[in-house]
Amino acid sequence: MPVLIEPQAFDPQQAISDYEHKLGCQGQYGATASFVGTMRDFNNGERVHRMTLEHYPGMTERTVEQIVATAKRRWEVLEILVVHRVGDIAVGEPIVLVAVWSAHRAAAFDACRFVMEELKSNAPFWKREITDNGSRWVEKNTPD
Amino acid sequence: MAGQTITIKYFASLREKLGKSDEVLTLDGEVSISEVWQQVSRPYTADEGTVLMAINKVYANPDAPVVAGDEVAFFPPVTGG
Repeated sequence: MPVLIEPQAFDPQQAISDYEHKLGCQGQYGATASFVGTMRDFNNGERVHRMTLEHYPGMTERTVEQIVATAKRRWEVLEILVVHRVGDIAVGEPIVLVAVWSAHRAAAFDACRFVMEELKSNAPFWKREITDNGSRWVEKNTPD
Repeated sequence: MAGQTITIKYFASLREKLGKSDEVLTLDGEVSISEVWQQVSRPYTADEGTVLMAINKVYANPDAPVVAGDEVAFFPPVTGG
């Protein structure tokens, strides 16, 4: 089950393409839905220069795997890929990728959104931002 | 009593607030994870409502029991994605 915690910068389009080759089920999927979260240079009214993403090794992977397993039970999907950065992240770099392969688009869209929302609500990651005024922990995620 | 210990991990802003990243605690009978929190968070009174708890890398409710050999973790609301 492809849940990858990535300490280095990654290319989400390449990750999707590479994984699709590995899947080996060309012809079975008609829909691929994906979401990429990217680091912005602003948050909560301040300019952000870079950030560090902390996680709980072992629990983070397990939690995201459970989210993916739930999505696979709820929707008819062929596969789900999640890649999430940890460590130092620069403005403009991808933080997270969720990609879903399905025979049909409704399941792909819905499963993708579900995995992303659940990840933001429950996966043990914590962001520390470096701003003009020093560094601060992000206290909570925004609803959108 | 030898062997009656648990490992505790702290993450993110909670680690900074408490000034420790991990520790080993000797258990004194049956305890809940909430009781462990009360003990280890002194003298700082972090609002228990905003502390998330896990036992052996699975989310736990405050009344969940902790037994020797468990790995317990306390951390603030998550901000991934």
